[in-house]
Amino acid sequence: MRGWLYLLSAAVAGAIITTPALIVFVLGGGSVDDALFAALATLMLTSALLVVTMRDIIRCGLAMIVAFLALAGIYVVVGAPLVAAAQVIVYIGAISVLILFAIMLTQSKAGPARLVFQTQAASAAVAAIILVVLIALAVSATDWGEASSRVRLATDTLARVLFGDYVLPFEVVSVLLLAAVIGGIFIAKREDEPT
Amino acid sequence: MGLANSLDAYLVLSGALFTIGTFGFLARRNAISMLMSIELMLNAVNLAIVAFGSFIPSLKADGSIIALMVMAVAAAEATVGLAIIIAIYRNRKTPLVDEYDAMRR
Repeated sequence: MRGWLYLLSAAVAGAIITTPALIVFVLGGGSVDDALFAALATLMLTSALLVVTMRDIIRCGLAMIVAFLALAGIYVVVGAPLVAAAQVIVYIGAISVLILFAIMLTQSKAGPARLVFQTQAASAAVAAIILVVLIALAVSATDWGEASSRVRLATDTLARVLFGDYVLPFEVVSVLLLAAVIGGIFIAKREDEPT
Repeated sequence: MGLANSLDAYLVLSGALFTIGTFGFLARRNAISMLMSIELMLNAVNLAIVAFGSFIPSLKADGSIIALMVMAVAAAEATVGLAIIIAIYRNRKTPLVDEYDAMRR
């Protein structure tokens, strides 16, 4: 019985995600890229909403992985395949696992808390809606001076710029990562154990 | 129509994701949920940076490289933030931020 329920909910989720893509593709006369963008954007926004609204925090973590994966797809559509690969490796491979482990370390046995939201959740929702409307208005009102189509970057060009012009920030970031690793170990270490 | 070829679509999408992250950060009680919301906001900013780098010709490869740097800094932030949350959890035995009132009493 539960298996059928899971199958049904998967079918409904798939329908919700593919509907905008079909609308763009069939009714709007868009290209395959447009349909792909619509489907990935819907998937990303839906799973991001699930991250901030679901009660069980481990499910929030899994929904966050889906949102990161959809965002990696959007990076491919926009023409930055190296950033998409880094997104999969860094976010899905490292940060998500870190967050899932932290969830397992801090979950109490009583299960998820009764109250998921703070008392200011309603005003936070109103502020968020106002913010997204303002961002949309500002984006549509500004002339960014952009090209009419996107450029796909070759990875070797990127590597040449990264290890040429940007070699100093690259080294600084590596030192920052080392400092973060040492700091994380030091902060999370038990204090009562002999040092 | 040209959704995938307009910068505005990417920027509005990035703004929507950022707003969802803002709402989650303001509204959730669990400290790890707040950290996940911060990750969503960082991803939204990254999407805007990559979109600018891909659509504005004078930026060339700079957008992608700055996005990669932001990813590295986000990884460092997640490490230290989760370590702080685990350290607080060890003292207070709760991950809910409204019960961290040691400096208010």
